Amino acid sequence: MTQHEIEQVYEALAEGIDRAAPEAPELYLARVCLLLARELPSVEAALAAIAAAQTA
Amino acid sequence: MRPAGRADTASLYFTYPQFAAPEGAARAGLARDVAVAIVGAGPVGMVAALTLAQQGIASVLIEAKDSFNDGSRAICIARQSYAILDSLGVVAPFLEKSLGWTTGRSFYRGRQILEFHMPDGPEEKFRPMYNLEQQFIEAYLWQAIEANPLIETRWQSRLEGIEIDEAGARLTVADPEGSYSFHADWVLAADGARSVVRSQLGLRLQGQNFEGRYVIADVQMDHDYPTIRRALFDPACRPGATVLIHRQPDNIWRIDYQLGDDEDPAEAVREEVVRDSVAAVLAEIGHTGPWELEWWSIYSANTLALDDYRKGPVIFIGDSAHIVPIFGVRGLNNGIADAHNIGWKLGHVLTGKAGAALIDSYTPERRGATLDVFANASKSARFMTPPTRGWQILRDAALGLALTHPFAGELANPRQMTPFTYAESPAVLPDDPGFAAGPAPGAAMIEARVGAGFLSDRLARGGFTLVCFDPALARAVEALPDAPAVACLPWPSAAADRLGAGQGAAYLVRPDLHVGARWPAATAETVRAALDTLCFREV
Ligand SMILES: Cc1cc2nc3c(=O)[nH]c(=O)nc-3n(C[C@H](O)[C@H](O)[C@H](O)COP(=O)(O)OP(=O)(O)OC[C@H]3O[C@@H](n4cnc5c(N)ncnc54)[C@H](O)[C@@H]3O)c2cc1C
Repeated sequence: MTQHEIEQVYEALAEGIDRAAPEAPELYLARVCLLLARELPSVEAALAAIAAAQTA
Repeated sequence: MRPAGRADTASLYFTYPQFAAPEGAARAGLARDVAVAIVGAGPVGMVAALTLAQQGIASVLIEAKDSFNDGSRAICIARQSYAILDSLGVVAPFLEKSLGWTTGRSFYRGRQILEFHMPDGPEEKFRPMYNLEQQFIEAYLWQAIEANPLIETRWQSRLEGIEIDEAGARLTVADPEGSYSFHADWVLAADGARSVVRSQLGLRLQGQNFEGRYVIADVQMDHDYPTIRRALFDPACRPGATVLIHRQPDNIWRIDYQLGDDEDPAEAVREEVVRDSVAAVLAEIGHTGPWELEWWSIYSANTLALDDYRKGPVIFIGDSAHIVPIFGVRGLNNGIADAHNIGWKLGHVLTGKAGAALIDSYTPERRGATLDVFANASKSARFMTPPTRGWQILRDAALGLALTHPFAGELANPRQMTPFTYAESPAVLPDDPGFAAGPAPGAAMIEARVGAGFLSDRLARGGFTLVCFDPALARAVEALPDAPAVACLPWPSAAADRLGAGQGAAYLVRPDLHVGARWPAATAETVRAALDTLCFREV
């Protein structure tokens, strides 16, 4: 994915959270994560991203 | 604002000159008709006067104050602005004094997450950005104006009224000796964000105010850090806020810090509060020595512009036409480009080199540039001061990830200043698909090494230039009536490569250094026809 495309995702997520309000952002973001996980080639890829996000 | 006990112009590093209102014999001519009046001798009004003078057009410059700006506001001047100043023949003192820079560093909670480098290299004549206090910007422009017999400056002269008539506009001016009026065929309104011309004509800026206010403070100190822009996100000294730090000449450092939503702006600009806030930032960046407070101000991020930059004979340039957020450092740079753009166009029309319709290309070109600035600056503003919960969460997530994942740090890259491309302009010809590289019509001409100098050294100052590679074409174009300047470059060469040019190719560069047309195989006849079109000549 190019940096420009990453930026598009960044913006869509920010606007998505605002549109989902007053629902809690974590619920909306969790749905996004589950849908994105379905697009990944393997469970390992999903678990690796989940672990990587923990350390930040 | 300045510390208690110091006058508005009592600067630590700059001696303000004092300019008198017109007096004695000079008053006899105050009420005479003029071709062009420029309201406001800020940086933009002065660039406009110099651009017109280069075209051979005299102007009268009206300025309410008796000196330059009270503090250093704009400090970042971009490469393209230096190219404009160079083309006006005034860049030397700027180069001498200013600090060029290419690098920025961003920090999140004290740890560096990004270092960016703006494009630069040996083929560039100027660095991507220069830091220089606005007083010097104005002082160096003034040096050139003072020496120019075509520009008459009236200090301490405030425009109080303007009325448009069939032949131009009538301006009413008040100075310490009284009030008078005079007529101008054309008026350039360079009277800044609170433009009197704009309000007198019943026009309003449209757009939005962003959340996020900044205090801008200049301090003088011996501080050992290169000229690198630093952005501190969520620093210990101001949790949740953003801080920017820039180096300027004379040991002056610019500290911009964001105010929290709960901070009262009136309280935030009290001297003791500013001192405490600045001290906290300095402690965070490890400055332990003494420092002196020079000047401070408050700023909020706006994206506001006029719908049309022209009303009849009145043309708006600079902050009177648009107010842009500070983050993209576009305010002044955008205004300089406005002044240069209208300057050559009005000059060409008034000297009979172009038809009056050329003026109509000013709004689409320069308002387009402002909207582009808005898009970029809004992006930066959303990162620097997230306006909603969603932007805040994503911004903080990106900063957190950036410590370990460089791609996320890139989201903090402000990507400052590439000149705007006038793609939709009536004063630009459609591109020729025969080019695989080089700037398309509407884009700024690129820089390149040519011999011991640069391509830009070969461009006409104030006129059109044909850049070509074939000596026979050069001779044929030079023989045209009203021929443009011709810069015939070696072929093959690095410059030809960068321009994607075969030996028969040519670029027609406008006086504002933007490409007006280009051809893979040009003839004198196509060049002549293009000049007629670009200048809206009746043929
Ligand atoms: C705190 C701060 C920081 C900034 N930082 C940056 C930066 O880093 N980079 C950048 O590019 N821009 C920056 N800007 C924006 C920049 O300062 C302005 O864009 C720039 O000064 C605009 O120039 P101007 O000539 O259009 O207007 P001004 O500089 O405002 O000049 C207008 C002139 O018109 C005169 N005038 C007004 N009314 C009248 C009247 N009725 N009659 C006669 N004369 C009149 C005024 O006295 C003044 O001299 C900053 C602005 C602020 C406030």
